[in-house]
Amino acid sequence: MNELSTTLLTCALWAYVAGMVGALVFQRAERLANGIGFGLAAVGGCCGVLSCASALATGAATASRSFELFPSLIPYVRFSIHADALGCFFGMIVSLLSVALSVFSLGYARGYYGRKNVGVLGALFNVLLLTTTLVFLADHAFFFLIAWEIMALSAYCLVSFEHEHEETRSAGVLYFVMSHIGTCCIILGFLLLFQASGSYGFDSFHALGDKLSVGQRNAVFLLFLFGFGVKAGMVPVHIWLPAAHPVAPSNVSALMSGVLIKTGIYGMTRVFFDFMGTPPNWWGVTVLAIGTISAVLGVLFALMEHDLKRLLAYHSIENIGIILMGMGAALMFLHSGHSMLASLALIAALYHTINHASFKALLFLGAGAVLHATHTRNMEEMGGLAKRMRWTALFFLVGAVAISALPPLNGFVSEWLTYQSLLQGFGTTTSLIRLMFPLSGAMLALTGALAAACFVKAFGIAFLAQPRSEHARHAHEAPFTMLLGQGILVAACVWLGLFPTVFLKLLDPVTQQLTGQQLSQQLSLAGGLVLSGGSAQGGTVSTLGITLMLLCLLPVPLVLWVLFARRSRTRIGPTWDCGLRGLTPQMEYTATGFSKPLRMIFKALFRPRREVQREYDFSPYFTTTLRFESHVEEMFQTRIYRPLRWLVLRASRRLRALQAGSLQAYLIYIFITLLLLLMFAL
Amino acid sequence: MKVLAILLQTLLLLALAPLVSGCIKNWKAKLQNRRGPRPWQVYFDIAKFLRKDMVISEHASWIFSFAPYVVFLTALLAGLMVPMINTPAPLSLFGGVLAVVGLLALGRFFLALAGLDPASAFGGMGSSREMTISAIAEPAMMLAIFTVAITAGSTDLSQIAQSTQSATWKLLNPAHVLAFAALFIVLLAETGRIPVDNPATHLELTMVHEAMLLEYSGRYLAFMEWGAAIKQLVLMTLLLNVFFPVGLAGPGDGAAALGISLLAYLGKLLALSSAVVVVETTNAKLRLFRVPDLLSAAFVLATLALLSSFLFQ
Repeated sequence: MNELSTTLLTCALWAYVAGMVGALVFQRAERLANGIGFGLAAVGGCCGVLSCASALATGAATASRSFELFPSLIPYVRFSIHADALGCFFGMIVSLLSVALSVFSLGYARGYYGRKNVGVLGALFNVLLLTTTLVFLADHAFFFLIAWEIMALSAYCLVSFEHEHEETRSAGVLYFVMSHIGTCCIILGFLLLFQASGSYGFDSFHALGDKLSVGQRNAVFLLFLFGFGVKAGMVPVHIWLPAAHPVAPSNVSALMSGVLIKTGIYGMTRVFFDFMGTPPNWWGVTVLAIGTISAVLGVLFALMEHDLKRLLAYHSIENIGIILMGMGAALMFLHSGHSMLASLALIAALYHTINHASFKALLFLGAGAVLHATHTRNMEEMGGLAKRMRWTALFFLVGAVAISALPPLNGFVSEWLTYQSLLQGFGTTTSLIRLMFPLSGAMLALTGALAAACFVKAFGIAFLAQPRSEHARHAHEAPFTMLLGQGILVAACVWLGLFPTVFLKLLDPVTQQLTGQQLSQQLSLAGGLVLSGGSAQGGTVSTLGITLMLLCLLPVPLVLWVLFARRSRTRIGPTWDCGLRGLTPQMEYTATGFSKPLRMIFKALFRPRREVQREYDFSPYFTTTLRFESHVEEMFQTRIYRPLRWLVLRASRRLRALQAGSLQAYLIYIFITLLLLLMFAL
Repeated sequence: MKVLAILLQTLLLLALAPLVSGCIKNWKAKLQNRRGPRPWQVYFDIAKFLRKDMVISEHASWIFSFAPYVVFLTALLAGLMVPMINTPAPLSLFGGVLAVVGLLALGRFFLALAGLDPASAFGGMGSSREMTISAIAEPAMMLAIFTVAITAGSTDLSQIAQSTQSATWKLLNPAHVLAFAALFIVLLAETGRIPVDNPATHLELTMVHEAMLLEYSGRYLAFMEWGAAIKQLVLMTLLLNVFFPVGLAGPGDGAAALGISLLAYLGKLLALSSAVVVVETTNAKLRLFRVPDLLSAAFVLATLALLSSFLFQ
């Protein structure tokens, strides 16, 4: 890493620190705290993007050395930073989002004036950004864990920011508990690695896996898969995610869905590809299977939601699944020694990581703007917002198209790369396991189509047709800073979608570091216009070409218009109402109704229950009052977590006998523990 | 040369699509002992729609006016990526089968949004059903396509067609037969044919595609109808030239070969259209919740195709 990027990186970190301190100092003056807190976060983000992107583009990231942030006085702990290619890539994601989200927050936090402490919000936001960046850049296991823990705690505080609601408090606690179970596993994993290497530095862990015994390797794999999987929100340890993300302030939800869960992905990439050497086959199979299941279940549960932010949170699970599919395939290819395909699959996973960060953050910001305007997260009370919030609607639509993996935006490109790596994977082995590739490809297709259905619902119900409530009727467009924040992410989505071959150059150092291959030359054809799947025969796509061709074909309908319809007029009239006296919002299709067919088709999974109470005077066809309730079961909640919680509670009730309150008893416990530990050590 | 190929295929798509729809309508009527509309009636319909005034719902937003162009153009562009009478297809470099599926999905996305836009319950119902059916059709379609793509080692449709044309190709290769069967079912679902949707209904509670178009009139309706016809033609062409690339002209062939190829293509199109007609006439429309059974049958067929390609390799 050259001088300039290092300086910029340090600037970014200090900007976050200054933002935190500034926001706390001026917390009495709300406007100033808002400006300083989020303004400095935006500055930090800009520095971070410039630093990481330039390090990746110039190849400086490959040659970078670690340096100590500040000298440590504790043995075994070093506060050292190493901005290598992988760290830079993730650092770029967090910095990019930091810019967009901070600009958005400048407007969004105004909604809290007089209600909540904006200074604290800004400070915690900066802490979260700072620690997330440090997680990506830390070069030492202890430093990593410290950053990881502060990140988890500040995220907990932000989730519980609106703690006056019962729902928020319980979601916060759930997040706290799950997060720490995960951290526990990660610590154990690092201890195992330490045992083998004798040092906590990440450089000493490099390719350590080949030196471990089989049992240790597998234990490390499982511990890290579980530990980082909790943070990433993979099924079945995802339950905290749909609870915690919606209740947080929207800018925080965007940050959590965009970056925080990516720390899990980062951890897995770091450990599986950097530390563990050549993986056994079942690792890849496991990750691919978990990814496929997460993708399908995530989107299916998202379809059942009519809370806009919960719906988006479930989509995060889906997208983590898609990322894991790429990663699992890459692990399988590493096992079979196909390093070129491994790089392709890894590129697909990492590309989807930055794509998901940009469009999911965009969608959460859109949801935040809607929440700001309508004061509800329930889609059944929105509607008609496309006319009242023109820009927000347009931006949300871009995000919806991108997340549904439709051309020409970025979601399509990364899923296309995933398809390519899965299809080419079929030829890498002759065992029956290769059927997994096309089958997960088919499940990816199902996921994409269901995501499209879900976003037709989300956009169609929330933004189109008539407003369904008074709040929606009087909705107003978001202030300029909020729109600007979304606009930055829209630009990112479009750029990542239209110019994949340019972006792939940034991934070269990353794949060079992890798989020893650079693919950007091979994947780019026709001067960068066309993206190929490794070879010209294998399949090509050009999102830019598609966009340009769509524009070239536009004259066809326009000429027809001029030829035939020159004299036709356009009238505005009422929607056809079957002869009734006008349509009311109650007659519109609802979000629940929209997803009803899928609820019925997958009823074995959802176990829908509904209760209908109707009162009528003379005939059941003329109901006077109607009460309708419909529930969908989150099967992991009822099948796994509820029994588990019950077990834990029962066990702790038994253990309570130990805690008798007498000091003598406690001293005996301590003594016995000490004795046991001594015996164990000798 | 390239530009000429693009222009020719665009014209062919535009001209042929209404004729195929018209022929299917006409033959269906004949098979049911009705006289039916003339095969070229669809051209007159489109011309008439184009000239008519439009009524746009007061509740509709810009999506409503934007969607017809998206539907029309994505179908047309997808058609340019599928080889019709010669390989490679004019735009095969810009995208293979994944891009074709993606473009059609983009059109469907906007069509479904446009269905919700005018605040009518019919439109919402149509959108909901369309997205549901397409979602469960998608894995079957992709798996069937993957089976052929893996055999050909490419997702590029022109490459796939060329590899099926090669000497080792056998008509009754079980993997191909099964994949074809799966894709044929998907074709029925995607083009809104009986037994999945009835293209002849208006204002019934069973309609899917027509429900989304209910509020359209004038030239927007023309674009929507024409776009749907082009989409149908694209999917049929994909099916024909991937599984029966008989007579398909190659990269260096002259005008004579292209002519023969065109005739062969028209012949194959006739055969496939009559298959659709026979299926539509001999079957009743399925209840909505029976459609998943049909589509899971397609998925099973596609899985079997994959397995057999694995076994008989």
